[in-house]
Amino acid sequence: MKARVFITLKTGVLDPQGKAIGHALNGLGFASVGEVRQGKVIDLELSGNDQAAAKEELKAMCEKLLANTVIEKYEIELK
Amino acid sequence: MTKITPEMVREHGLSEPEYARILTLMGREPSFVELGIFSVMWSEHCSYKSTRFHLKKLPTKAPWVIQGPGENAGVIDIGDGDACIFEMESHNHPSFIEPYQGAATGVGGIMRDVFTMGARPIAMMNALRFGEPSHPKTRHLVSGVVSGIGGYGNCMGVPTVGGEVNFHKSYNGNILVNAMCVGLARQDKIFLSAAKGAGNPVVYIGSKTGRDGIHGATMASAEFDDASEEKRPTVQVGDPFTEKLLLEACLELMATDAIIAIQDMGAAGLTSSSAEMGDKGGSGIELDLDKVPQRETNMTAYEMMLSESQERMLAVLKPGREAQAEAIFKKWELDFAVIGITTDTSRLVVKHKGTTVADMPITALSDEAPVYERPYTERAPLTGEPAFDKKKNVLESLKTILASPDMASRRWVWEQYDHTVMADTVQVPGGDAAVVRIHGTQKALAITTDVSPRYCRPDPFEGGKQAVAEAWRNLTAVGATPLAVTDNLNYGNPQKPEIMWEIVAGIDGIGAACRALDFPVIGGNCSLYNETNGEGILPTPAIGGVGLMKDVSKMATVAFKRSGDVIILIGETKGHLGQSIYLREIEGREEGAAPKVDLGAEKKHGDFVRGLIEAGRVDTVHDLSDGGLLVAIAEMAMPRGIGANIGIAGLPDDIPFWFGEDQARYCLAAPFAEAEKIVEEARAAFITVAELGKTGGDRLTLDDKSSAGIASLKEGFESWFPNFMSGEEIPVTN
Amino acid sequence: MKSAVIFFPASNCDRDAKTALTQMTGKAPAMVWHQDSELPDVDLVVLPGGFSYGDYLRCGAMASQSVVMKSVRAHADKGGMVLGICNGFQVLTESHLLPGALMRNAALKFVCKPVGLEVDETQSAFTRHYSNGQRVTFPVAHGEGSYFADEETLDRLEGENRVAFRYAKGENPNGSARNIAGILSEKRNVLGLMPHPERVVDDVLGGTDGRALFQSLIENLS
Repeated sequence: MKARVFITLKTGVLDPQGKAIGHALNGLGFASVGEVRQGKVIDLELSGNDQAAAKEELKAMCEKLLANTVIEKYEIELK
Repeated sequence: MTKITPEMVREHGLSEPEYARILTLMGREPSFVELGIFSVMWSEHCSYKSTRFHLKKLPTKAPWVIQGPGENAGVIDIGDGDACIFEMESHNHPSFIEPYQGAATGVGGIMRDVFTMGARPIAMMNALRFGEPSHPKTRHLVSGVVSGIGGYGNCMGVPTVGGEVNFHKSYNGNILVNAMCVGLARQDKIFLSAAKGAGNPVVYIGSKTGRDGIHGATMASAEFDDASEEKRPTVQVGDPFTEKLLLEACLELMATDAIIAIQDMGAAGLTSSSAEMGDKGGSGIELDLDKVPQRETNMTAYEMMLSESQERMLAVLKPGREAQAEAIFKKWELDFAVIGITTDTSRLVVKHKGTTVADMPITALSDEAPVYERPYTERAPLTGEPAFDKKKNVLESLKTILASPDMASRRWVWEQYDHTVMADTVQVPGGDAAVVRIHGTQKALAITTDVSPRYCRPDPFEGGKQAVAEAWRNLTAVGATPLAVTDNLNYGNPQKPEIMWEIVAGIDGIGAACRALDFPVIGGNCSLYNETNGEGILPTPAIGGVGLMKDVSKMATVAFKRSGDVIILIGETKGHLGQSIYLREIEGREEGAAPKVDLGAEKKHGDFVRGLIEAGRVDTVHDLSDGGLLVAIAEMAMPRGIGANIGIAGLPDDIPFWFGEDQARYCLAAPFAEAEKIVEEARAAFITVAELGKTGGDRLTLDDKSSAGIASLKEGFESWFPNFMSGEEIPVTN
Repeated sequence: MKSAVIFFPASNCDRDAKTALTQMTGKAPAMVWHQDSELPDVDLVVLPGGFSYGDYLRCGAMASQSVVMKSVRAHADKGGMVLGICNGFQVLTESHLLPGALMRNAALKFVCKPVGLEVDETQSAFTRHYSNGQRVTFPVAHGEGSYFADEETLDRLEGENRVAFRYAKGENPNGSARNIAGILSEKRNVLGLMPHPERVVDDVLGGTDGRALFQSLIENLS
């Protein structure tokens, strides 16, 4: 099974990188760009094929290591 | 077996005569893998074929030199059983393509060169040259290179303590990134790369091998007709985390006596490391590529032999010590594999999937590699004293110069480097030389990198001399005894006779200065074919110098420290404006003769100044170089905001006096009584000396007539770089 | 005072911490590898600066999951002293031994320079030898040192006098909330700070402002 985890900063947490990216895009002439928030994507390969169990396990991984829930939120996608 | 076509030969950068020579040496047509091995081993980078003949002329010996050129790095004796190991290397082309990774892997490579010899790296320097500030790529390249150097060096926990940053249009299409690493070892724990003896295990250590940086030529070759997307050569990516583990693991292994020889896998990875180890040890090496730890699937023998994946080492162990070594690398979570054995055949034999894919005499790769005495066209040095507008206001010009791209503060750069980690950095960037204490002692090493490329184009010989002299002067100015240099020779295409002349004259100049100053060359690197639109870069023979200070408490710095100190100028001032910063920044011209370097005067003046520092009589010294005397005095005034009142009677022209770039000069500041003695002693030694005035106040005052506030000078000096770079922060994620 | 320095893969201020502790206490600290499950019997545990696990994923995230951190937590729970410097501070927040998080510097660049700090709280075993509001200079060297916590947590930290060090006016190098440079745990036995006190205990290195921090600990623990 393949899983993809998206990790982004929680709403309200300052994202200086996102700000810089937005600024750079504006500078390149992409005038339509408003707020930009950046994050990371983690691809994982999992053994087994119980989707529900995998989801639970991924949630635990996020809570324990992959995301820092003080500042970050996460989304899980199973393929 | 793949039939070798003339096209393949050409794509491997080998000339027809070179290929004919390969056929003779092999006695048959080489296999595709062998062709690849020849192409990298006979490349300019590995074989020094255009420069080797001339490099031999450099002085490389002194009683304190333990290891001269030819190993991964040079080694000098710094007393008490300690050895200093250092080297400088370029990573120019990769840094232009991908500035962050190019610079980062340059730093990683030079660190491996130093710790592969048993040293713990204790300081990093870098000499960087970028295109003109207005060029559209420059800011992006500066930002990427600086964060790449910081990203790698900071993670390694080795302080980056200084260097140079210059801008010139000749680097618009070809920046220079030269990194220097200085390490410390015990003299009885130095490791070399000679794989002596047969039957010893050859082990692979570090990261897995991928398809990183494999020569682009392979793409078009017949073997890759059905090349998949996956097989494209990729930019080398640095992994400082793994390198840090590799450093600690290697030092731990080196503390045992299991190692016979060890060598890092740099350019041409497995190929050059195995060939060099066999060559130096006079033995053969047999490799089994199936045992090489691989990051990607279906790698060919060709790819594995030519991969430039980073953070890898090759070592030869004493038989039976494999388990001991493996345990260490397991602890540090690194790959470890026995991939071969030394033999007594003097041949490099490579096996893959049960067949022998290469079997070649090692000497064919080393001693038999081509050496060229390329033709050169001698060019008379530029001469002449340039004209200048005598009415220009001196202090206004000073302000302009201090806020100019080449002279402004580099704080924006070095604040991105951890320069205080290891808690031994005694002199931080911004002075004449960086100073790092030798841990747990009162001794210290002074380190500098120098070259003035603008002198090297009009006069490659004097320019080469000047680079060495300035390095020697910078070490002297902090109070160190200069001991040895590493040279990083960056030039254009050596197949053009006018460029070859720059190389030959440059090396001759370096040799002359090193001989006169007792400052041997113990290592170095050549980077040729640096061109922008078919035109060579300014000749840039960067010199990395190292000196020793016995008592770090005596160290001098450039900053004025007290009011009322007398400012003393040592050395003769004729007012040489040719090729000066003044002429370029104020008059907008790069003209005239480069300054001549009187090596006798350099030695005499330098020894005199060093003697004063070592005796604890002066603590404020600055060498005079770019920008001349007035710029130096401003640089002494700005750090602590202590001004000066200076002047000299009966000057015919003040501009050449204040801004001329005559060599062999120092500016000192000392309390009155001491200063009087110093002046007297200098005169007695027939050294030209002058008293220029006194420190004090918060302004720089000239001839009691005009003055400039130190704060306003500093404002311009500090703001050019951040203003230039503002908005260029690149969001880097790891 | 007995001390230990924990080191993780790619810690790089472990030697600096060791040197400073040896110099200040006269005794070399025990050096403890991250895979060791047991801590030696010590009064103070130091988590040094560096780039544990290459700062990959998030600074301090993987180190916070290492075997030794269980023992560090137990040590802290028993009231033992823990000092986290730079990457060590990041490990402490990732381990939830201290609240909040350390984020990328506002200017997005690594920054190494001496910065002016104010000692905001002297009622702790780490800061007793400073005077209230004393201005000191420690170097910083980090890319991700911008302290973040929600308003409630920040109010609580201030209300409980747990902000030990603040960047002085105009000196905040990273955009930290409320100029916070270092904070104490609820029981005041854990201190995390981004600046490096261990780099300023030696005159020849340009300052000795860090000495009082170690003197406070020594006095408290012997």
